[in-house]
Amino acid sequence: MSKKEIDNRFSKFGTISFTATTRINDFIDHLEKGKVMGTRCKKCGHRYFPPRADCFNDLTSDMEWFEVNDAGKLLTFSTLKFAPAGFDKEIPYTIAVLDFGDYKVFGRVDNAIAEDKLSVGMPMKITVNKLPNEHINYLFTTA
Amino acid sequence: MSRVAVIGVGQTKFVRSYPGSIREMVFEAFKEAMGDAQMTVKDIDATIVCSAPEYDKQRSPSGVLAEYLGLNPQPTFYAESLCSSSTTGLRLAYSLVKAGLHETVMIIGFQKMSEISAAESQERMGRGTDIQWEAPFGTMMPAYYAMFARGHMTKYGTTADDLAQVRIKSSTYGVFNDKAMLRKQLSADIFKDPASPMSGILASPLRVGDCCANADGASCIIVAGEKKAKASAKKPVWILGLGSATASVNMAGRELFYSLPAATEAANQAYKMAGVSPKDIDVAEVHDCFTIAEVLAYESLGFAKPGEGPALIRSKETYKEGRIPVNVDGGLLAKGHPVGATGGSQIRTVVLQLRGEAGDMQVKDPALGLVHNVGGVGLYANVSILGRQ
Ligand SMILES: [Zn+2]
Repeated sequence: MSKKEIDNRFSKFGTISFTATTRINDFIDHLEKGKVMGTRCKKCGHRYFPPRADCFNDLTSDMEWFEVNDAGKLLTFSTLKFAPAGFDKEIPYTIAVLDFGDYKVFGRVDNAIAEDKLSVGMPMKITVNKLPNEHINYLFTTA
Repeated sequence: MSRVAVIGVGQTKFVRSYPGSIREMVFEAFKEAMGDAQMTVKDIDATIVCSAPEYDKQRSPSGVLAEYLGLNPQPTFYAESLCSSSTTGLRLAYSLVKAGLHETVMIIGFQKMSEISAAESQERMGRGTDIQWEAPFGTMMPAYYAMFARGHMTKYGTTADDLAQVRIKSSTYGVFNDKAMLRKQLSADIFKDPASPMSGILASPLRVGDCCANADGASCIIVAGEKKAKASAKKPVWILGLGSATASVNMAGRELFYSLPAATEAANQAYKMAGVSPKDIDVAEVHDCFTIAEVLAYESLGFAKPGEGPALIRSKETYKEGRIPVNVDGGLLAKGHPVGATGGSQIRTVVLQLRGEAGDMQVKDPALGLVHNVGGVGLYANVSILGRQ
């Protein structure tokens, strides 16, 4: 091995990723296996989403993965009719926040769901979504 | 302990596209503030330069500005908290004066946003949020505030027409402000006429008319310790209370989508430090980057109870003749929002009001004024209370 390989798996996250290297790069492997995962601190048990490599409560990096697989509750959403540079081909699309009790998740709503079918408080689940060029993210769909 | 006062204020006109360089644009605000304080460059002991990064090419702008404004060899520092940068500058300037390191400190705020396209500026604003976990979904400021508008509408029954009332008030005062970019009175049915460019949805439920416009502009504020302030040309306006707070950058870290907790926290700090309560405030400038943001500000600042912001604008109590006049210079919605310059412009308005120099926008005999300046989606918040005494 001549050159050390850079673990840049996170550059696949979303339409445009602004991050390449992160210590929670396994998140991408889990996504590719169809799982959306957060991290839980092994010391204090706090659950983090988005996942973190570190817990500030205990100053520890001893974390384990947990799967986001229950139904969440739609807290709020907005449908964009104008997009930032690089996302214009995707409009209209809806961003939203789901509440899972211990943690919340920010993401996009499945475009198959019409905006007028969405209402705050409705249950939704999270699903992995493959994008062009081997990119990957997750979407919210009806539970 | 020596008190600290604002002794000079200035700003450029806020315009769509400034026909000159950043240093030339800043010079205009600087010249006005120096004239206002009747000072020369030798009187300025230090400068804090405030802007949000990446809207222009110049790295480390404070050095360039210190040279152009003739402020060498005095020190200059750069401060940034997105849209609240120049009130962060005010807090830092206050600390420098209080600490006795410098007697007179200048706060320069600027932004020249016309060098990039609207989509590029939305992309940069999107990157002022969580770039690892949110920006890859295609985020922009209007959509974030729209999620709070949706939250407020769901929780309290707030309507698009309530939000339109905020925009109509801003336009009413934009007409009188010769520094404002948009100086046209808007009618009550801006959102009802589908042909109106204001009525189109930008990020639901927010419409184009709910959003402020990017602008080019600069502001300049001069503060000084008590001895120098008492000898200053204009009546000093004292800094009585300062509050500053933060909240989670990722929306997944927020508890509620109908209030901005950092603004509430900053307000509580400022009221406590000044020893006053919301009902004591005679005139306020709030960060109305979006109509919903002004409604949220009423509630954070205690001008209205939670959920009663829409009733406050509907009762016209935030008009010039009302119980608590808010943004009677047109606010960001009419003035335009040159990110780093905005906080300084808000301070300038309140200082002119407290001196009785606000012309057609003058509120009757105010003694206490408040500035609410927010960076990001309530990521950073600064609340400053200023007074004649
Ligand atoms: Zn922990």
